[in-house]
Amino acid sequence: MNMELFGIAVSLLGLFVGFGVLIGLLFGFFGMGGSFLVTPALLVMGYPTDVAVASGLAFVFGTSVIATLKHRDLGQVDYKLGVLMIAGTTAGIEVGRIGLHFMQDLGVANTFVSVTYVALLGGIGAFITRNALTDGDGGLSHDAEAEEPSEEELPEIAQTIQSYEIPPMMSLRGGVTVSLWMILLVAFATGLLSGLLGVGGGFIRMPALFYLVGVPVPVAVGTDLFEIVFSGGIGSFLYAMDGAVDLTIVAPLLAGSAFGARLGAAATSIVEEEEIKVYFGVMLLLGAVAVAVREVGGLVEMPILDMVSLIIILGAATLVSGAIVVSSIRELRSKGQAKPQLAD
Amino acid sequence: MFGIETLGGPVGAVVLIGIVLLEAIVLYVGYGALERFLGPRIARLLRGE
Repeated sequence: MNMELFGIAVSLLGLFVGFGVLIGLLFGFFGMGGSFLVTPALLVMGYPTDVAVASGLAFVFGTSVIATLKHRDLGQVDYKLGVLMIAGTTAGIEVGRIGLHFMQDLGVANTFVSVTYVALLGGIGAFITRNALTDGDGGLSHDAEAEEPSEEELPEIAQTIQSYEIPPMMSLRGGVTVSLWMILLVAFATGLLSGLLGVGGGFIRMPALFYLVGVPVPVAVGTDLFEIVFSGGIGSFLYAMDGAVDLTIVAPLLAGSAFGARLGAAATSIVEEEEIKVYFGVMLLLGAVAVAVREVGGLVEMPILDMVSLIIILGAATLVSGAIVVSSIRELRSKGQAKPQLAD
Repeated sequence: MFGIETLGGPVGAVVLIGIVLLEAIVLYVGYGALERFLGPRIARLLRGE
């Protein structure tokens, strides 16, 4: 017998809540990297494309509201930077959208989007993994006390961008001063990529805020989330007008992810982040492989490759979430064991 | 779900997004209270204290 609750099978409800916990854990820990799992999973589960995209967007909106509230409490949202990023990104998305239509007319849009998406996801993944393995600075530090990065800690590209003193200059959180035009340029460029690729762009914008603008990672994460509240809200509103948002998907996913995000956020203060950074980079790399496999599947008309792609993504996400949970418990236990020795 | 399907267009969209927003805020407050209440106990339990 298949019991139903709120018009959805209890087993499916449980699956969505569990999946939400997994995504929330990643989102809470890294501030990004969870939401790109939802839409492909819904597509493989057999939901129509518009429902999968719209429900994914509504879920991202809800998750980003929760995460932004948390970061606001910690003073990690730069509203001025956020508003500027929204303005620049919106213009970039619009130009990107026009560019995509142009490429569609030329018949090269699908190839361009697939290749760029895989290259970008793989490139960022390789960059973070390499940095974490070499100098230990993968740009994902959770040290909120390191609010003002020193000259040496600041990425080289960010130092160059900050050196262009074209007025008006903007003072940002973390003691960063950057030209307004440089911020708009970075926002426009990330928006352009979002518009061309049709993705929310969190995995592009967060590293861009840190590596290009030079704000500390906690502020980059908080400000990026603030922006996602608006982009996700507007996007899901537009889709909801066509009736494409399915609340029976969004509500349980959100309930699970809000819980997972608490666990992920708590883990940031416990876990040795160096080992996790490598996993995160590898997860992005596997994400790139999964997208490539899916695209090849579409090209050679082999639907089974969609399933293979989803298994790769879910496997990578489960691996990283598991690593976070196991590392947290190990750290807590070792601290518990170290305490009595200190007392002796 | 909750009869929202009967609402359409901009009104339905506003109601739906409003529900997601409300759920997000309720979850944030609810889980926050739960974390304050149970968090230290679970941490102590995991530390074996």
